Amino acid sequence: MELTQTAPQESFFKRLSWFDWLFAAFLIGGAGYALSLYSSYMNVYDKSILLAAVGVFSILGWNWKPIRPLMIGVAVLSMFAISNYHGDLARGNQAFFLKYLFASQSAIMWMSALFIMATLSYWLSLATRSEFAAKVGSGLTWAAILMGLIGLMVRWYESYLISPDVGHIPISNLYEVFILFSIITSLLYLHYERLYNNRQMGAFVLPVISAAVGFLLWYAFDRQAQEIQPLVPALQSYWMKIHVPANFIGYGSFSLAAMVGIAYLLASKGILASRLPKLEVLDDVMYKSIAVGFGFFTIATILGSLWAAEAWGGYWSWDPKETWALIVWLNYAAWLHIRLVKGLRGPMLAWWAVVGLFVTLFAFLGVNMFLSGLHSYGTL
Amino acid sequence: MSKSSATFSKSVYELMSSMRFAISLLTVLAIASIIGTVLKQNEPYLNYVLQFGQYWFTVFKWLGLYDVYRTTWFVTILAFLVASTSTCIYRNMPSMLREMRSYRELASENSLRHFQHHAEFTTHGTHLEALIQYLTEQGYRYKQRALDNGAGTLLAAKVGSVNRLGYIFTHSAIVIICLGALIDSNIPLKIEQTFGLKRIETRDIPESQVPAISRLAPNSLSFRGNVTIPEGASADVVFLNIGDGYMVQDLPFTIALKKFHIEHYSTGQPKMFASDIAILDNATGKQILEHTLTVNHPLIYDGVAIFQASFGDGGTKLKMNGWNLFSASSKPFDVNGVVNSKTKITADNQQYTLEFTDFRPFNIENTGQLPSAEQRNKDARSVMVGNAVGDKSNLHNVGPSFQYKVRDAQGQAHEYSNYMLPLLVDKRWYMLSGVRNNPGDPLHYIRFPLDQDRRLDGFMRLRGMLLDPSTHAEIARRFAASAIQGGNVPVDVRTKLADSTTKVLDLFGKGGYQALSDFIEKHIPAAERDRAAQTYLKILELSSFEAYIMAEQKAGAPAPKADEDTGWFIRDSLNSISDIFFYGAPVYLQLAEYDQVNASGLQLTRSPGENIVFGGSGLLVLGIFAMFFIRERRLWLLVKPGQVLFAMSSNRKTLDFENEFERHKQRISAIVKD
Ligand code: HEM
Repeated sequence: MELTQTAPQESFFKRLSWFDWLFAAFLIGGAGYALSLYSSYMNVYDKSILLAAVGVFSILGWNWKPIRPLMIGVAVLSMFAISNYHGDLARGNQAFFLKYLFASQSAIMWMSALFIMATLSYWLSLATRSEFAAKVGSGLTWAAILMGLIGLMVRWYESYLISPDVGHIPISNLYEVFILFSIITSLLYLHYERLYNNRQMGAFVLPVISAAVGFLLWYAFDRQAQEIQPLVPALQSYWMKIHVPANFIGYGSFSLAAMVGIAYLLASKGILASRLPKLEVLDDVMYKSIAVGFGFFTIATILGSLWAAEAWGGYWSWDPKETWALIVWLNYAAWLHIRLVKGLRGPMLAWWAVVGLFVTLFAFLGVNMFLSGLHSYGTL
Repeated sequence: MSKSSATFSKSVYELMSSMRFAISLLTVLAIASIIGTVLKQNEPYLNYVLQFGQYWFTVFKWLGLYDVYRTTWFVTILAFLVASTSTCIYRNMPSMLREMRSYRELASENSLRHFQHHAEFTTHGTHLEALIQYLTEQGYRYKQRALDNGAGTLLAAKVGSVNRLGYIFTHSAIVIICLGALIDSNIPLKIEQTFGLKRIETRDIPESQVPAISRLAPNSLSFRGNVTIPEGASADVVFLNIGDGYMVQDLPFTIALKKFHIEHYSTGQPKMFASDIAILDNATGKQILEHTLTVNHPLIYDGVAIFQASFGDGGTKLKMNGWNLFSASSKPFDVNGVVNSKTKITADNQQYTLEFTDFRPFNIENTGQLPSAEQRNKDARSVMVGNAVGDKSNLHNVGPSFQYKVRDAQGQAHEYSNYMLPLLVDKRWYMLSGVRNNPGDPLHYIRFPLDQDRRLDGFMRLRGMLLDPSTHAEIARRFAASAIQGGNVPVDVRTKLADSTTKVLDLFGKGGYQALSDFIEKHIPAAERDRAAQTYLKILELSSFEAYIMAEQKAGAPAPKADEDTGWFIRDSLNSISDIFFYGAPVYLQLAEYDQVNASGLQLTRSPGENIVFGGSGLLVLGIFAMFFIRERRLWLLVKPGQVLFAMSSNRKTLDFENEFERHKQRISAIVKD
């Protein structure tokens, strides 16, 4: 295995290539440019988050190399798209590059199509044992993430074109967070793909992203959900920008664990066993994913209650969304105890992870659809 | 202590600190929590009675299902969780701390050989220094022990012991968070209620008349309550909603609302709302500070956090046209009202009380459709609700609306919600008035059609004419004359038609379509009913046109054109007139002018437990990350002349650990080879 043959360790910084340093310089330059343009509009939180982002993304890129071209690609192409607008929203439907590629709606359609193609490639690879098809799957997934992120960036800009007071970060309603969910879940997957040097799990993880994409398309075509809506006063808060992404790292991880759980269950019955990674690997991915998800979900819930303390006057109101977050959290706490303390392994835990997906799904979607409460910002 | 009680308390201790029990508690808590999300909490009790019926209402009330999270049984489960977690910490902490400190340097050669992860190497020289250097390089801390027989050295090393602190942090955090929440809970109040020291007030009485037993002193440990203050007014209390009533919490200061601001997006949704408030000293009435309160930016004063929560009406003055729906007269009368107060009117020789309940200057509706019941309930005026996505298409501000109840002398009331401006529905203009009998019901809309001048007068005149039996004969005569023209028609054909027309008009004037249909049902054989109904409708419609001409003539208005628009107008009018019989009140109020007065909804809390809860949360995050992302690993190297025994263990068996073992094995084998 690759991991067992690492060369004698040099210090971390010595191992960075010139491209790594260029990447960091690029981030610093970008942040400096943003500050020079907008610092008068930014408060101290905005500025410190921007600076923290430089550090976080540098480290992320240094540790996970493909992040560097991804981020540079997103930045360059988004800037290109934005400059193509000439400050006029209508150009999204007129200028060639915007209309067919980079207007937020087009980019998101590309993202959707690429995710579905990636799913098919992974399945083709599983069916034919073709390593090449799996590589194509990974490539398509990266491309989908690129387009999705460009879509979000451009959408952010478009919201300001509608009217400066409408402008806001595109993670404020169900439509937008579904895009975020697809991107985060696929990034998490690609991370595990690299960590375990194994691409077969893609055939199981990508379908949940395709399902999200399917929902997104239905939501856009049937309900015109893609229209940018202004923010109600309660959502105009800094907390939203960190609460929502943290939550989706949790949701994404739990979904990923459940999909790997399905692979585990099949493999443990001998189905596709020879084409899937070993059971121990699947089990390990499931555990890691739930652990990461649990950590971020805890943070997200705490951030949510900090926000609630500011917006609703109480850190905990037993509103359905909050309560379901607690239920999800308790569920995975129990899962972790069983595994870590009792040392239980095997199909029972995999089943539980799969059931966990339904609990998570209910907290994420079901609450919005069936229950009413304070979190009614994202109703279907 | 007797022996049996000792074993009993021991087994309680065993149970409380057992994993099985903890997991069961987590599961039970999760399931119990679901109940409160499925059943809407803290609604007015009447809604539950309507939903479940009296029997189940009582059962559920007894179980506390309308406020699950504050019931004794739910709090008991939480208390068990705290107790269980505490005993678990108590039981595990000593050994955890010991583990953290210890290097296990006393491990024997034999036991190391029994480790699942071990390897042996034969060597030539001694490599102790190189091995120590390797361990340090790898981040391990070690302890060195010479073997008893002097024949070698044991290096006992470890890394990531902080992992154990993770356990202590996480589980203490749970206890701390629960204790913080306990401080902020209403348990003390509940105990006072149980002993009859405090009582919920259920009557709808002015705050000043609420008796002391339902009032809480300003120094309450914690509370969370609401108050609505109209512009220009002030408040020194908040209301705590409990069960089917409330309690009054006296505040240590007074809040005055000077002005309320609201800004809207171009779509009409609220963009920002804010209150200019002043804090006044209770004793002297002197102003202490002034502040503008906005959503997401609470003001903290004297340990009390003040939040902008919602807004509403603070007594808007309304000027209305009252239309008597059943009188032949078609002139409106003036009505004046103030939101949140009552006034009396007489209509149809009966006394009615008008209770004005609300006024909204904006209504965002999906035009082209009648507003659905659900939409009407989604009020964008509170921080707590609001719809960011909603029905995206066709959202429009359809202007002001106001709500009122009409209560008759017997105390029966219907509730109305009327728009001030006409709405375009199915390409034609109407005045809309929604009515319902119960608060939870959907509104049923009656639509009054507008005439060519976009006014209600045409409809009201036609209505007056059709509901006045004394005009029916003349309408019928004119209709018969115009329907059957030409000189050679026998007189009795015309009279016959006129007679049946009078009959139809009389029936319709008494009870709308329902009366016509009852008549048909009663007097016409089943086989001919359809045809008869069609004939009657035709007669009604055509004669109504004559009635409309007469009505306009009488009012000195120009004669209506005989075109399609008028045809629709007549049909719509007939539908409305027929609906009047189910409208529930003899008057329709049309809003003419208003002078808006806003009120701001504030929420005030004192929650001394908040910082404890957040402190505990911080600890929780630290703990979880320490547990997941710092792996504890132990490593032993038993170095003897010509031989190295290598063993590893971890409290977590993961793939990472397996990989790490393999890596060390190779590296160590390389080090000791030469
Ligand atoms: C709300 C209640 C609880 C929560 C949220 C909670 C959470 C956790 C979490 C997240 C872990 C980490 C899993 C890991 O080690 O990676 C853990 C471990 C553990 N929990 Fe709990 N726990 C709770 C209650 C309890 C109770 C009541 C007990 C006592 C029986 C308990 C015993 C343990 C033990 C023994 C470990 C393993 C520690 C170790 O080996 O490092 N937990 N808990």
